[in-house]
Amino acid sequence: MDLTLKIWRQENAAAKGRFETYKVTNISPDCSFLEMLDILNQQMIENQITLPVCFDNDCREGICGMCGLYINGRPHGPDKGVTTCQLHMRKFKNGDTIVIEPWRARPFPVIKDLVVDRSAFDKIIEAGGYISVSTGGVPDANSIPVPKKKADVAMDAAACIGCGACVASCKNASAMLFVSAKVSHFANLPQGKVEAKERVKNMVAKMDELGFGNCTNTGACEAECPKEISISHIARMNREFFAAKIL
Amino acid sequence: MTKLNSKIPQGPLADKWTNYKATQRLVNPSNKRKLDIIVVGTGLAGASASASLAEMGFNVKAFCYQDSPRRAHSIAAQGGINAAKNYPNDGDSIYRLFYDTIKGGDYRAREANVHRLAEVSNLIIDQCVAQGVPFAREYGGMLDNRSFGGAQVSRTFYARGQTGQQLLLGAYSALMRQVHSGGVKLYTRHEMLNLVIVDGKARGIIARNLVTGEIERHFGHAVVIATGGYGNTFFLSTNAMGSNVSAAWQIFKKGAYFANPAYVQIHPTCIPVHGDYQSKLTLMSESLRNDGRIWVPKKKEDAEAIRAGKLKPTDIKEEDRDYYLERRYPAFGNLVPRDVASRAAKERCDAGYGVGSGLAVYLDFSDAINRLGKHVVEERYGNLFQMYEKIVDDDPYKTPMMIYPAIHYTMGGIWVDYELMTSIPGLYAIGEANFSDHGANRLGASALMQGLADGYFVLPYTIQNYLADDIQTPRMTTKEKEFDAAEAEITSRIDTLMNINGKHSVDSYHRKFGLKMWDLVGMARNKEGLEEALSTFKEMRESFWKDIKIPGKKDSLNPELEKANRVADFIELGELMARDALQRQESCGGHFREEFQTEDGEAQRNDSDFMFVGAWEYTGEGKEPILHKEELVYENIKVAQRNYKK
Ligand SMILES: Cc1cc2nc3c(=O)[nH]c(=O)nc-3n(C[C@H](O)[C@H](O)[C@H](O)COP(=O)(O)OP(=O)(O)OC[C@H]3O[C@@H](n4cnc5c(N)ncnc54)[C@H](O)[C@@H]3O)c2cc1C
Ligand code: FES
Repeated sequence: MDLTLKIWRQENAAAKGRFETYKVTNISPDCSFLEMLDILNQQMIENQITLPVCFDNDCREGICGMCGLYINGRPHGPDKGVTTCQLHMRKFKNGDTIVIEPWRARPFPVIKDLVVDRSAFDKIIEAGGYISVSTGGVPDANSIPVPKKKADVAMDAAACIGCGACVASCKNASAMLFVSAKVSHFANLPQGKVEAKERVKNMVAKMDELGFGNCTNTGACEAECPKEISISHIARMNREFFAAKIL
Repeated sequence: MTKLNSKIPQGPLADKWTNYKATQRLVNPSNKRKLDIIVVGTGLAGASASASLAEMGFNVKAFCYQDSPRRAHSIAAQGGINAAKNYPNDGDSIYRLFYDTIKGGDYRAREANVHRLAEVSNLIIDQCVAQGVPFAREYGGMLDNRSFGGAQVSRTFYARGQTGQQLLLGAYSALMRQVHSGGVKLYTRHEMLNLVIVDGKARGIIARNLVTGEIERHFGHAVVIATGGYGNTFFLSTNAMGSNVSAAWQIFKKGAYFANPAYVQIHPTCIPVHGDYQSKLTLMSESLRNDGRIWVPKKKEDAEAIRAGKLKPTDIKEEDRDYYLERRYPAFGNLVPRDVASRAAKERCDAGYGVGSGLAVYLDFSDAINRLGKHVVEERYGNLFQMYEKIVDDDPYKTPMMIYPAIHYTMGGIWVDYELMTSIPGLYAIGEANFSDHGANRLGASALMQGLADGYFVLPYTIQNYLADDIQTPRMTTKEKEFDAAEAEITSRIDTLMNINGKHSVDSYHRKFGLKMWDLVGMARNKEGLEEALSTFKEMRESFWKDIKIPGKKDSLNPELEKANRVADFIELGELMARDALQRQESCGGHFREEFQTEDGEAQRNDSDFMFVGAWEYTGEGKEPILHKEELVYENIKVAQRNYKK
């Protein structure tokens, strides 16, 4: 396949960014999207054209949440239920022009090119995304039975990889799907009940403080989430939140 | 030989750890606050250690190269974690887990360490459940178990196909709780590049801030290396792109011994290589071997027709399929340990029975789907099947998966004693970065167990035995001459790299080197190949330092510079791996020397000459490293030839 790439280039956080156009040829449809970018970078280095494009990635199998590109106006591109690293070129056509941008959201400032700073997510977890147990002195694992259904819902929520696609897809840059996934994961487990109220209050307060927007129920986050996390978790979090406020 | 003191406590095996804990020195709470510990790595080992140490009251500085600790490579582990809970009532016990691990490791691991691992395994599951890790459950609400290779009991706990993710998120949440309380200071997007030793003790590190390029100095009363394995030496592996040996390699060059570098695990069930642009290999969890059956065609002409695209796997009749693992190893069948399964696949493919490109075998779920129904298979392996389909563009519910062995895990690593201390006082290595518990081959679901055992339950105790002497040692300013020198080494190395200005990208070099590693130091090794490796790698190392091109600047985010730093270390490590493989004139576990096999092609150990841990000491640039031997003594297990046939 031969492709035209329009890629966002930005020296650093302070610099002004711009789109640059590059061409790649002879790309195999079995190549992954990031491998296609590797090929582009390889050409740039060996032919001394320009600086290679910076993009975050690590596991390249859809689980670490490190990669995340805004491809043709969609986080992680056109395929459903995958991260950028799992996107394959067979989803594009020969001759296509592909526009590649970083996540665009105020709480995720650009570091360089396509790399953004998502440490705001860590700060939200730091504010309460845990059960306060220290190492040692806990009961036998099977002394806390958990109904299978509940455990399954908790697992569905816990599958979030923290990539930030939900924020990038939301016109308000809301982090509600991310936060609610963690809240819901714990709220479904007996172990998480003890601190449920404090947790949701602290995490929501932190989210607001960091400049994430409000949720207006557009549902773009659910549609773009590579792990297909359901917005029903947002409803659950809202219930938890109001219950916590009332009491 | 005299130089290695493994510090194994006296007394009967089952009492060693209890006795150690009862008599070791501790640090009292007010003194803990005065002590700083650097933990490099936030994977299962590093995150669990950092959290536990901070909970105890130590000041922890935690480093990782990703943008968040939650993204450490442990996140990718799929299948599960072992523990000797015996919940299924199938005869499991601490002794049995200990025994299986020693046997699976082909009698090349320390008894005392492995027994301790089995002892603490149950605590790990309790801890994780208390943290809210959503393990799979049965309808009664109790925890579910599955089986993994090398065991005849079901002792593996799992969270769908994302066990590593859930365990890491558990450890990460414990870590973030300590960040919140101020016990841990986080340094993300930081890479450790050097160790600082003062008066013979580890006292700090030099790290590069990957965003600004700044070279930073950090002091710690002790330093813990939890930086994972070195599988990426081979370029193509199941490891994350950034997984590296650099921290381990730099401490090796500062005097920490590197043990058993030749012991590399090749995982039997990975998606086969499909193109020369490929950047990594994807694992299909071993848990699939619970329900999937591995086969190739019985007739060569069928295999040829499949490769030519004239036949499909579903065209091959049952009686024309060779379920070679079930045939060769009736007692364990598809659940033989990884090294055995990998070699058997290679044997069939080398003999001309491979499918796909010729380097692939089938992993077939049709029996399981008929027996259990598609929904059960989907519930157990849904995300793995989806992953396979996304990569290969083929539906594994309908046609069998194609798999082939790939580099996956490294049993070798930094030598540590029973306390997990390296040969440098005050320097520790935990998780995959050390060599300690898996001998020559690791059983499935035991790496997660070891990482968390080290981090939650072993290191936080043993490190106090050392720090008890340090309560009077004031914090250093990092202005000391040892810090100056360590930093100067790094700035000069980076300048040299930036100024090479050659023609080739680091990746192209790594790829070339990795292929040579796979050919010469891979699944099957021999004397000629290893000698060739030694000379070739030396040449490659020299040309690397003349030939590579790093664009951009050193004082900004520069992934090419990061890669160059790592690949330079991989090439040096490659030499040591070849040297170790050459030295070990026997086949054991993941190390297979073609000269040493039985008539029916099984690995042949040589216990009288090689029942030792081979720990290498660095002696300087261009000089041969020295091999130290730690004799392995088996007092509680009868050493036998591994037999998975009966
Ligand atoms: C695909 C896959 C599946 C697996 N499945 C299983 C399984 O089902 N069961 C099982 O038991 N095991 C499994 N394993 C093995 C297991 O996941 C690993 O052995 C284990 O997670 C390693 O944990 P760790 O904490 O030692 O290191 P890692 O998780 O690799 O963490 C390394 C840490 O060190 C940091 N780091 C590295 N270098 C530097 C540096 N120079 N400076 C600063 N920081 C650095 C990284 O940022 C990271 O935080 C699997 C492995 C793979 C690849
Ligand atoms: S690189 Fe890990 S999710 Fe894409």
